[in-house]
Amino acid sequence: MTEIGLGHYLSLGAIIFFLGVIGIFLNRKNIIVILMSIELILLAVNINLISFSIFSGDILGQIFTMLILTVAAAEAAIGLAIIVVYYRNRGSIRVEDIHGMKG
Amino acid sequence: MIVHSIFFYFFSVIAIFSSLMVITSRSTINSVFFLILDFISVGCLFIMVGAEFLGMILLIVYVGAVAVLFLFVVMMLNVAEQKQSWFIGKKSTHIPTGLIVSVLILLELLVVVGGWKYKEDLMSSSTLLLSEISNTHQLGLVMYTDYILYFQLAGIVLLLAMIGAILLTFRERVGVKKQSYLNQISRSPSNAVELIEVKSNQGVKVDD
Repeated sequence: MTEIGLGHYLSLGAIIFFLGVIGIFLNRKNIIVILMSIELILLAVNINLISFSIFSGDILGQIFTMLILTVAAAEAAIGLAIIVVYYRNRGSIRVEDIHGMKG
Repeated sequence: MIVHSIFFYFFSVIAIFSSLMVITSRSTINSVFFLILDFISVGCLFIMVGAEFLGMILLIVYVGAVAVLFLFVVMMLNVAEQKQSWFIGKKSTHIPTGLIVSVLILLELLVVVGGWKYKEDLMSSSTLLLSEISNTHQLGLVMYTDYILYFQLAGIVLLLAMIGAILLTFRERVGVKKQSYLNQISRSPSNAVELIEVKSNQGVKVDD
């Protein structure tokens, strides 16, 4: 219990990933919370990669983490820009109101 | 070792609690604040486990830039506080499916925890951790030499994201007087200055 190993970090990553997936599926509010859930999922992936990198003694996982951080930042910027444009056109970003593609 | 476990449980409990609050919070701005708390506690975990550079990147870039970007967008969009409507109101058909999929993903990920070991000589990598130099030094040694291509591709991704965000949100406004650089630098004395002979006791009619 007091010995913190790889399994503890992997469990933490799994729980945060799970909460992120729940946030995507069960969201009925606005779409910004969905973007934040995607950020949570990417954070969980980063926790996994860094803990494997540290506990297996290879720096490569941290480099992958850095690339994931880059892509996550780009994704957040583009996603928020799309949300701003959508709000300007439609006046609402509620998930229920976004059904233009009848999906 | 006991201190390590105390700090691990402290930060991970905060991280799990705040990620729970991100998805269940009543107003969006509270979600953003809990997202910031989540990033901070996970960044502290990264620093604690030995990845100092990425922990600081998470604190500086994520909390300082990306989370504040979320905050700006939430503030600008006038997102009214909406009633928490997960299980009430209009019946949604995707909630059971979503719960099943999420719980399955959690169970699959938690399988890893139980008694999984890897072989001693599984890896023969050239990028093993060295203990005598710091984490940032190691990362730089590998990233700027072996993985320089990926580093530059990451830069191109960021450039494309910047161009895309500007292009998406740009709009022409009507009725706004803007500076025209081309007109300014193409002015010459011949078409900008007019010499007028002024007669005595008579004004000059200036047309504007």
